Amino acid sequence: MSQMPQLPQLSACPTCEEPPQSGDRYCDSCGADLTAAAPPPGTAPAGSPPAGSATPEPEDYPLAAPAPAAGPPGGAASGAPGTPGAAEGPSGGADPRLNGGAGRPRCVACQEGTIDQDGYCEHCGHAQARERDHMERELEGVAAASDRGLRHHRNEDAFSVSAAALPDGSPAVVAVVCDGVSSATRPDDASAAAAHAAEVSLHASLPRGAHPQQAMNEAIVAAAEAVNSLALEPGSAAHEEQLQRHQNAPACTIVSAVVTPGILTVGWIGDSRAYWVPDDRTTPAARLTEDDSWAAQMVAAGLMSEAEAYADERAHAITGWLGADAYELDPHTASFKPDRPGVVVVCTDGLWNYAESAEEMALAVPPDARSRPLHSAQVLVGHALDGGGHDNVTVAVVPFPAPQGRAGSA
Amino acid sequence: MATFSKSQAPRFSVEVYQNPYLPEGGREVNAIVTVTSTGGGTTGGMPIPSRLTGVRDSRGSSPDAAVVIMVDCSGSMDYPPTKMRNARDATAAAIDTVRDGVAFAVVAGTHKAVEVFPGDGQLATADPETRALAKDALRTLSAGGGTAIGTWLMLADRLLASADVAIRHGIVLTDGRNEHEEPEDLRAALDACAGRFTCDARGVGTDWEVKEVTGIASALLGTADIVADPAELSGDFTRMMETAMGKEVADVSLRLWTPMGAEVAFVKQVAPTVEDLTARRVEAGARAGDYPTGSWGDESRDYHVCVRVPAAEVGREMLAARASLVLPQQDGGPAAPLAQGLVRAVWTDDVVASTAMNRQVAHYTGQAELAQVIQQGMDARKSGDIEGATAKLGRAVQLAGASGNEDTAKLLAKVVDVVDAATGTVRLKAKVAEADEMTLETRSTKTVRVKK
Repeated sequence: MSQMPQLPQLSACPTCEEPPQSGDRYCDSCGADLTAAAPPPGTAPAGSPPAGSATPEPEDYPLAAPAPAAGPPGGAASGAPGTPGAAEGPSGGADPRLNGGAGRPRCVACQEGTIDQDGYCEHCGHAQARERDHMERELEGVAAASDRGLRHHRNEDAFSVSAAALPDGSPAVVAVVCDGVSSATRPDDASAAAAHAAEVSLHASLPRGAHPQQAMNEAIVAAAEAVNSLALEPGSAAHEEQLQRHQNAPACTIVSAVVTPGILTVGWIGDSRAYWVPDDRTTPAARLTEDDSWAAQMVAAGLMSEAEAYADERAHAITGWLGADAYELDPHTASFKPDRPGVVVVCTDGLWNYAESAEEMALAVPPDARSRPLHSAQVLVGHALDGGGHDNVTVAVVPFPAPQGRAGSA
Repeated sequence: MATFSKSQAPRFSVEVYQNPYLPEGGREVNAIVTVTSTGGGTTGGMPIPSRLTGVRDSRGSSPDAAVVIMVDCSGSMDYPPTKMRNARDATAAAIDTVRDGVAFAVVAGTHKAVEVFPGDGQLATADPETRALAKDALRTLSAGGGTAIGTWLMLADRLLASADVAIRHGIVLTDGRNEHEEPEDLRAALDACAGRFTCDARGVGTDWEVKEVTGIASALLGTADIVADPAELSGDFTRMMETAMGKEVADVSLRLWTPMGAEVAFVKQVAPTVEDLTARRVEAGARAGDYPTGSWGDESRDYHVCVRVPAAEVGREMLAARASLVLPQQDGGPAAPLAQGLVRAVWTDDVVASTAMNRQVAHYTGQAELAQVIQQGMDARKSGDIEGATAKLGRAVQLAGASGNEDTAKLLAKVVDVVDAATGTVRLKAKVAEADEMTLETRSTKTVRVKK
């Protein structure tokens, strides 16, 4: 990045070396932003002179970074295999950094323009891939993947995966998956806040010896409070979602699984789900959650068959969520003691729309899911993208029992 | 509100109202860009550096402004004689409103332009003494001669150019048609003066041409109005001068950046009045253009921006336009953006999202149509096309009623009998006062903001 201009008064375009006309903000020849050397208007008063100081390479350009991958083994950073929708998928665009001959990232769409501080191409205007467009994470005993999908312009899902320790030292693996409600404002902020708050809460309560079901209940309440508090903040981005100005409070769903050596606990609100898929596929898989959704209520009330209900366009209208305008907070929790090894699939409807029944989900999960959870998560994301990727898709794969307890306690 | 230590330099803020969602293949992006300038520094907008043009020091030093009043002294101003007297009184009232330190002059306009005060191609600096002298000089004003407004504007331009100030403003008062020069001469004068000073125009009585007066205000980014009763001139002149004195910063442009392959379909100011700025674009580097907005005080204006972008696949998002407010730098350096907003395009297969019309866009689309159908209706009426006039003015009544533009609805009701406002059923009135007709035409571009 040594070729970054040092002064706002440029004698040549930083990208193509064309001498600029006086007064130009963008290069006449290549469209590069000639004021990029000055501080971005969002961070400093526009008129304050840059004082001729060297300006560091802006660090906040959202790049198409494949993943903030934590686990090096198993090719965690290699994007999602089996995602043929690649042209739109984040793994399809070439790493923009490779094209930026002069050290600045280039647009993934036109390969020509540089990227402004709002994350748009300065040449063709296309929004660049954002960090959340595709995310993967793997820890020992748990992995998750999330993708924007093929039809939505941003990823409003969020997840967190982590491991805590119970008072006796045995591990408790935690996965939280949240799906922002698109019709509300800032759904992406809501899901991120909820996933984080639930994880923090579980990490505080589990080591104290709280019963996982109680801990789960508290975590969902904490997540709800985190989402509620977003509604109190003044609208952060003025240009964001002006369509919804007469404010729907930020909202999202939540589903979480806590796996200890002996017990599997799930908790949820909304229509994100958890499935149990045993290693031995001759034994039945199971859905562990009941949606708070119009379709589920119709089926539960005996008014429609499952097939009819899910074919209805109202099927996905949810009847429970986290957010300031939720009717009442009613966290659902359940604990299970599976008698055989398997994996818990924790996911948003972006996945289960393409594998609705437990049997379908079991077919989609690779046989070696328990030993390669990240690969399984990638395959499941690929399954949703292959099916059309109509929604954001997020899935966490949690092997049961929790790894270190395998030999001893179970 | 206490603003002891705050600078009076205005801060600009930009808000964008739009539905960014487009259907598959959709290309047209509409947005309302609301620009607000506040003097007290109460918003989160960015301060204007004081070294820029047009910013007054808050510590009571002299205002950085100049104003020239152009008074029609053609022969017709004596019919009735109260007209000339009222014009004199109004000018005196306006002079009283000129703040200390502001440079000013008075021009008497006939078929030529004559400096009434201070003379010698100069501007006077306002203080109690010069104001008194100027008012004395008004006694010499007498009616006689023709009307050639272009010559008045050219003289005003010369006078204003002699002052090294940021805010340059003119006020034109006329009572008759611009008969003693060719329309091209006025056109040429307006072209020459555009961007050099802003100008309000007033027609007094009913013998002037609406399109001439509104044309002056439009070209020079000022306001136009009718003062049918000369007795009301003083109040109007005082208000006009107060507004001019409230301007803090001049030569502000609305800059639009659009991406490669996109085209700006139109840019219109839609509040407080409709003014199409599309043709006034001045290129400002690659893919950006500046639209002049004149000078700003404590005020808020709305702009309707329509951009056609290249279609993209469902799930894509692009920046359709970046709207910013810019001031030219005196040293010719890059213009400093004062505030900006983003107009986005997001392609979706969600039909509900892509077919929703933003409330602001819908409202101002209606207001622009309202101004247009009034013009068309009044033109049709003048040319004897009763059917066309009835249809257009009926539509206008319907639009004015639906959007809550009560002032315009009242003006319309003086020209047509409203049978049913909701369906736009009207009958042309057989007899319409000339003043009512001209008032409707002059004020047809006034809009109201979205009902809260």
